[in-house]
Amino acid sequence: MMMLFYSAAAIAVIATLAVISSANVVHALVYLIISLLSVAVIFFVLGAPFAAMLEAIVYAGAIMVLFLFVMMMLNLGQATEDEEKAWMKPKLWIGPGLLTAVLFVQLSSVLLTQEHALAPVEVGVLEISLLLFGPWLLAVELASMLLLAGLIAAYHLAKR
Amino acid sequence: MRFEVGSALSIGAILFTVIIVAAMLIWVERRLLGLWQERLGPNRVGPFGLLQVVADMIKIFTKEDWVPPFADKFSFILAPPIIMVVILMSFSVIPFAPGVGVIDSDIGVLFVLAMASLGAYSVMLGGLASNNKYALLGSLRAAAQMVSYEVFMGISLLGVVALTGSFNLREIVLAQSDGWYVVPQFVGFVIFLIAGVAESHRLPFDIPEAEQEIVAGYHTEYSGMKFGMFFVGEYLGVLLISSLLVVLFCGGWLGPAFLPPIVWFALKTAFFIAFFILLRAAIPRPRYDQLMNYGWLFLLPLSLLNLLLTGAFILWQGGM
Repeated sequence: MMMLFYSAAAIAVIATLAVISSANVVHALVYLIISLLSVAVIFFVLGAPFAAMLEAIVYAGAIMVLFLFVMMMLNLGQATEDEEKAWMKPKLWIGPGLLTAVLFVQLSSVLLTQEHALAPVEVGVLEISLLLFGPWLLAVELASMLLLAGLIAAYHLAKR
Repeated sequence: MRFEVGSALSIGAILFTVIIVAAMLIWVERRLLGLWQERLGPNRVGPFGLLQVVADMIKIFTKEDWVPPFADKFSFILAPPIIMVVILMSFSVIPFAPGVGVIDSDIGVLFVLAMASLGAYSVMLGGLASNNKYALLGSLRAAAQMVSYEVFMGISLLGVVALTGSFNLREIVLAQSDGWYVVPQFVGFVIFLIAGVAESHRLPFDIPEAEQEIVAGYHTEYSGMKFGMFFVGEYLGVLLISSLLVVLFCGGWLGPAFLPPIVWFALKTAFFIAFFILLRAAIPRPRYDQLMNYGWLFLLPLSLLNLLLTGAFILWQGGM
């Protein structure tokens, strides 16, 4: 399990770096899908199979399909790729690189000083549903109302 | 080595059988179409034309495996294996018979849905990478069709899940020992069947490749084994949807005891495969907008209503 966790985490980090650094938009999207799927594996290893499957169905399977769909409509060609490459000049990496280095030092110091053991407790679908439709029912209803509002707004915009 | 769920022998046998059956389906489909259209179909190579598949395989492996110079090589090569891999992965949660299966997962139904939604990338990336306007049109259609019909597919399954109280496909089969779910969940069954045809983009819903309109759709630029993977992937999809229909609605391996369970499973699956082929022989292709309107304006409300009524029925039975 530890091996699985660390390999999935490594894939997630590498794929996310590739998302940022690849000039071709479609390649970047494919890497983003890989990154989301490895996050799903991490959820699974940590004992949340339901969250893992939702990550795969909703993020990797639905939202990214829509991203790719929009990409098809835009018909981005060589010109965009060149533009993207121009934005990737090494000079531009200095500022974000420094800030990220500071963040990385902070994060690793926090992780190293804190005591934490990986002791996954498997949470099944039943437990999650009992929580969602028990104590958190109000939040679920609010989220569904928000989604309905989004749906109606999108319908209105598409009609114009 | 014992033959049980998850043993190497079981995994190997299932993988081998599934791929061989999917390849043989090419011949079965052509012969059955011939039968229904009052002609012979391929009957020259071997007994009853059975070796036609072998001839096709030799042809497809020796063809030039060409990547067009204008295509995006990375996505072009990546696209065809995706469909093969995701569908073969879905077979891992299917319970074929007691003790025959790859894994016994508590999230089986969700896993199948996740894999089905990832399958859309194969078609989309293939069309997009080809850099050809017909291929792009085909994959645009595929994307819209697969994303839409995935929704109804998921909702139509939830009635069965609610009746069983589990996402585990093996428990779903066992819960049907008093009666198949095709009776109480008939609406769900029909919606799942239609969505299944659309998901595996088979005729009459083969709008992504509609050869009379857009050459061959998303696989216009593909040749050799890359095309072969799309092609076998389609038949694997038919096999997967048929076995899911059997597992979810028709009692899986359950049946009178004079035949072993695996034979019952195979017979029921063969029935649905034949039905898929009959659909292809009988029904013409709808227009693209007709397909989308039918899905969102008719199937979506119907599947939601089915879920609502199933939920109400379960609550009423529970005496609440």
